[in-house]
Amino acid sequence: MFNRDRWTEIFETIGKNKLRTFLSGFTVSLGIFIFIILFGLGNGLKNTFQEFFLDDASNAIFLYPGKTSKPYKGFKANRRIEFRNDDLRDIKENFSFYLEHLTPRITRNALTRYKNQSNNYSTRGVAPGHQFVEKTILMKGRYINQSDISRKTKVAVIGRMVAKDLFKSEEAIGKYINLGSSAFKVVGIFQDEGGDNEERNIYIPFTTRQLIEKSNDKVDQIILTYRKELGYLGAMGLENGLKKYFKEKKSVSPEDPNGFYIRNIADDLRETQQFAVVLQLIVSFVGLGTLIAGIIGISNIMVFVVKERTKELGIRKALGATPNSVIKMVLQESVFITIISGYLGLIFGVLVLENIGVKLDKYFIKNPFIEISTALIATVVLIVFGAIAGYIPAKRASSIKPIIALRDE
Amino acid sequence: MIKLKNLHKSYKMGSSSLHVLKGINLNIEDGELVAIMGSSGSGKSTLLNILGMLDTADKGDYILDSFKIENLNETKAAKYRNKFLGFIFQSFNLINYKTALENVSLPLYYQGISRKERQQIAVDYLERVGLKEWATHLPSELSGGQKQRVAIARAMASKPKVLLADEPTGALDTKTSCDVMDLIQKINEEGKTILVVTHELEIAKMCKRIVKLKDGVIVEDSKVKQVKASSYV
Repeated sequence: MFNRDRWTEIFETIGKNKLRTFLSGFTVSLGIFIFIILFGLGNGLKNTFQEFFLDDASNAIFLYPGKTSKPYKGFKANRRIEFRNDDLRDIKENFSFYLEHLTPRITRNALTRYKNQSNNYSTRGVAPGHQFVEKTILMKGRYINQSDISRKTKVAVIGRMVAKDLFKSEEAIGKYINLGSSAFKVVGIFQDEGGDNEERNIYIPFTTRQLIEKSNDKVDQIILTYRKELGYLGAMGLENGLKKYFKEKKSVSPEDPNGFYIRNIADDLRETQQFAVVLQLIVSFVGLGTLIAGIIGISNIMVFVVKERTKELGIRKALGATPNSVIKMVLQESVFITIISGYLGLIFGVLVLENIGVKLDKYFIKNPFIEISTALIATVVLIVFGAIAGYIPAKRASSIKPIIALRDE
Repeated sequence: MIKLKNLHKSYKMGSSSLHVLKGINLNIEDGELVAIMGSSGSGKSTLLNILGMLDTADKGDYILDSFKIENLNETKAAKYRNKFLGFIFQSFNLINYKTALENVSLPLYYQGISRKERQQIAVDYLERVGLKEWATHLPSELSGGQKQRVAIARAMASKPKVLLADEPTGALDTKTSCDVMDLIQKINEEGKTILVVTHELEIAKMCKRIVKLKDGVIVEDSKVKQVKASSYV
């Protein structure tokens, strides 16, 4: 294999048959290139798709209050159900096995003012767990903490867009903003993958919100996340458990579909994931098709190359080349060309993908990429099949009797 | 040098078979220059192919330099060819993308001789056929006579025991034919055994012995007085 003389011979042959080399190399490069581009674009499509669902934690369950639609246990229908602080405590006690984070959410709109800048933003009264449920990313300062909750402090964590609107380039942390009629101290600034609208929110301790609203203990929504390792079945179990528990506690008829609502992200996710699987299948199918086309391309080129060289190989055999050395020469040359050009196609394809980045965003293709291992495997597959495709005609050429090869056309 | 005993060869043509060689007996001594003549279909090319181990006989013995050639697999045949035989073809059969020098050094490559040595030997042989200045030229830049001389240099380079020439002048005009034959005669005078297959009597007369083939058997085998090719020029 590492016979220097043979390599010299191969390099001479390659150097003097540029068209042939170019043709076989180009086929391989193009095959790999197209494979990488298509696969990458497919992944980009998947990225866009997944992004729609990345806003909230994928293991979240939302509880919304509603109105009953059936009379039950002496209560009339059309009764408004409300969640309260003790519901939070009960969830914590009864479902601790499932629970990861738990938070209420009390949403109000409030005119927010800083010096002479003002605007309407929605404020959300939350617990510290909300940060993980909403996947809030803190840019500066801190989030609401447990002592804020128990001391009912007037602190606010504001979104990036809020800070931009009200404070312009001024430092926001430590300043006071007016929310409705009370002044809140800004303790943190966040960003959110959900986009600009999510960044127009203001978070305050839910206990502070309750204090402002005459010290009540109502909460709008309850959001919780369960331990991911419980999986889909665990999530469904928790959902059913919650439903049963609250129907009992709030005296809602077991047959009543309204009363309150539970939205389980796992359920949503399951559907999206099925769609993602279909997408993945399409991407893989396209990739496989390209690879097969590439393999057929190389096979054709190899048959052509060997055919073209039949006479030369006959001469070599008449001069004392053994069948083995003929096969080795043809194969080594083709494998060498495939490796180099496959590698070039790989680099070129990856470079193009890198450069696309977010340029195709409006076509729902975001950050197309290919795992380097996938690209390498594809290249290796093409090289191996190129070698096999080269071996068969080379083997045949090597067993042709030199007289036949040398016969004048 | 070469001993053939009762050599038979037939080709299958569908259901029938064509008996090409029907018992050839031939002895060729060291240093002979033998012309093998015959019209087309007489079996002379088949005989040459068997002598050149490019093809195998069905029956009979072939002894080359007291070596019995039998049970040849491809690899063995390739090694024997490389060691014992040099080929000169009618259509030269040079590799068209290699220079004259590279063509001449190719059999040496298959003998496993180092690159430097190979080139040295190849230059020597090109000099002997008078083409040293043409060493870096491709076959397409050479005339027919020059190509055949490169082919002869290539056949000689591996120092074979026997040179086999298949219609070496078939593609050349009279004057160049004489040049090539002159070269072949000179090589023969240095002691090399050479077989020339031809159908031209004039070429045959430049050899020392003429073997005539007809319908697969030897019909005439006689020593002749050699005509020097140089006398034609």
